[in-house]
Amino acid sequence: MTIDLNTIWFLLVGALLAGYAVLDGFDLGVGILHLFVTRDEERRVFINAIGPVWDGNEVWLVTGGGALFAAFPAVYAGVFSGFYPAMILLLFALIFRAVAIEFRSKQPMAWWRRTWDVSFSAASFLGSFLMGVAFGNVIRGIPLDVHGEYLGGFTTLLNPYALLAGVTTVALFAMHGSIYLVLKTDSAIQAKVRAWVNTTIIVFVICYATTTMATLVYLPHMGDHFKAHPWTFVLPVATMLAIANVPREILHGRDWRAFLSSCAAVFGLMGLVGFGMYPNLVRGTDPATSLSVYSAASSDGTLTTMLIIVGIGMPLVLAYTISIYWIFRGKVKLDSMSY
Amino acid sequence: MDVTLLSRIQFAMTIAFHYLYPPLSIGLGVVLVVMEGLYLRTRVPIYQQMTRFWVRVFGLTFALGVATGIVMEFEFGTNWASYSRFVGDVFGSALAAEGIFAFFLESGFLALLLFGWDKVGPRLHFFATLMVCLGAHFSAIWIVVANSWMQTPAGCRIAEHGLGPRAEVTDFWAMVFNPSAAERLTHTVLGAWQAGAFLVVSVSAYYLLNGRHAEFARRSLRVGVALGLVASLGSLATGHVSAEGVSRHQPAKLAAMEAHFPASAPADMYVFGWVDEDSRHVHGVALPGMLSWILHGNATAPVTGLSAFAPEDRPPVQVVFQAYHLMVAIGMGLIGLSLAGVFYAMRRVGSPPEWLLRLLVLSVLGPQIANQAGWMTAEVGRQPWIVYGVMRTSEGVSRSVSAEAVVFSLVLFTLVYMLLFALFLYLLDSKIKHGPLPEDLTASPKRA
Repeated sequence: MTIDLNTIWFLLVGALLAGYAVLDGFDLGVGILHLFVTRDEERRVFINAIGPVWDGNEVWLVTGGGALFAAFPAVYAGVFSGFYPAMILLLFALIFRAVAIEFRSKQPMAWWRRTWDVSFSAASFLGSFLMGVAFGNVIRGIPLDVHGEYLGGFTTLLNPYALLAGVTTVALFAMHGSIYLVLKTDSAIQAKVRAWVNTTIIVFVICYATTTMATLVYLPHMGDHFKAHPWTFVLPVATMLAIANVPREILHGRDWRAFLSSCAAVFGLMGLVGFGMYPNLVRGTDPATSLSVYSAASSDGTLTTMLIIVGIGMPLVLAYTISIYWIFRGKVKLDSMSY
Repeated sequence: MDVTLLSRIQFAMTIAFHYLYPPLSIGLGVVLVVMEGLYLRTRVPIYQQMTRFWVRVFGLTFALGVATGIVMEFEFGTNWASYSRFVGDVFGSALAAEGIFAFFLESGFLALLLFGWDKVGPRLHFFATLMVCLGAHFSAIWIVVANSWMQTPAGCRIAEHGLGPRAEVTDFWAMVFNPSAAERLTHTVLGAWQAGAFLVVSVSAYYLLNGRHAEFARRSLRVGVALGLVASLGSLATGHVSAEGVSRHQPAKLAAMEAHFPASAPADMYVFGWVDEDSRHVHGVALPGMLSWILHGNATAPVTGLSAFAPEDRPPVQVVFQAYHLMVAIGMGLIGLSLAGVFYAMRRVGSPPEWLLRLLVLSVLGPQIANQAGWMTAEVGRQPWIVYGVMRTSEGVSRSVSAEAVVFSLVLFTLVYMLLFALFLYLLDSKIKHGPLPEDLTASPKRA
């Protein structure tokens, strides 16, 4: 693994998508858990817990998509057109999620709020699941021609491995979201949410273990880099420790540390996938057709220009993100401007 | 129907629906900066009430802009994969820059704008409003730059690459400042200011007509008509520069805009008309030689017409002609309306006459229709090219997507967007009927 321009872009696109998984992951998780509370006030607390930040979190996906388009156009074009029906469904999930958050509080009728509650939760679930399925397929390998055009159909995407990846993603975000909710709520709601954390962790660990076994059995190539560089086993071990640390911190009431641990776990998982995949961004069923950081990349000129843009932009982005999270730290309080 | 046509219909429909909202975010962004700025300067409580009322409307339009905007970014990949592979090197950079420079700024400070009243002091809140407005404008910059590159490609070369030929950037700044970028950007942004301004004008006029919230309405109306007048006059000026640019860089589009058929002859300008494409004749009212005069300062100067282009290189004429003339007519009308509005609104006493208020209530439709018509002129006028003179629209479509798949998504988009539009109107209407909140006149704890 040499650190050239293409590899830097692999890391940057990976970092944007991992940033998305860490940040939007918890608000998708809040959505997945939304219907498990039933009172209007509880549901308002859930939505307002993510109210000021969910939109900014989704920008990580938009920017990740833009970066993929700019840096690896062949991947952007091949995957988005190849997975057409799934992508369209993902778009509808994102649309309904956004409008549900905005619309829900605007009318007091019970049926109105219930409709948007269901839509918010179903869209969060579907969005997480579809993103997991897409990732699962990209890891497992999809049929591509020599021009990078997808040759399969919609049903090709619905294979057991990809479905498992979808379920695992839902479980991961639910776990991440439940810990975030503990952080943002207090009193009775917090007690309720706190009791969910262990359940979500158990469900996730079962899914994760199954996915890992399936990966090692069916996709042994994902382990090649780890075998070649044994010291890199630090990465899966650290990820496991981060997951194991979450219930420990929750038990001691150190909610912030539990959440950071969960963030580290999500980031670690994205790192594991990325490291296993490198230098491929999309694996072809015929490995010769795989879209790699070299075959799928834009020109060196564009990669360099984009690196300058990222160099100027990313420090600003991190500054806004950190400031906003700092200003909106603490427990949710409902007021007249809340959702 | 073939995949290209279906994908074009879908893109046109989804972008047209999306484009109802970003102009409102941009225009209302400016309105909010003015209102909150007035509050900070004068500390008159009603400016705070105005700011908070329009922030709520802004929140609603912004949410719909976000929800429908992500579709646009994805659609390049889903429906126009061949285009995306070909232009990713150039066009992708502008989209990524939009994400990094505009969306993060906008969404981050939006949180403060919407929910930060009690979290930060008034100055920092005003700063957030300013940043949201700036972010919305940055977004316009990058997306119009990207679109202008499709109209007047520059700063790139066509190179062979492992997966096929593609456009590669040779000069980033030449790509960004491509020949049509600056004039199209200013024209687009001023159109967006009109959209925001006339929404404020319309709602204020509605309150005045009904004798409700009189003080709130009078002051909002003043801000609205002032911004509306500046933007409407600016639109005329930038529109003129833009049309000159089109005559230089996209002569076929200009010929379609005025349905000018002869290969090289003096050209008239129509006030309105109907194009008979078979007989190459326009039935309508024309100002003889006016187009020649506007472009070249000489009513007999020849203008390149459609016949100078091979039939397969000509854009559809009727659509472009009608969309263009609709836009111009509305633009002129808005100048008149905002002049009348400014005349009456700036008087210290009394309220504008009822006939004017009724027209001002309807004025909100003007910029929306004109913005749509303007983009239709720009995009249909670019046909049959997806990148002008470089790549045809039919070459840009996704090859792995079937017509059935696009029909499926097109039907879903149509149904969902109709539902969203109905809900948007319903919620906007109930916000307006509900009116400004009395408690917004009293300052937040942090503001005391």
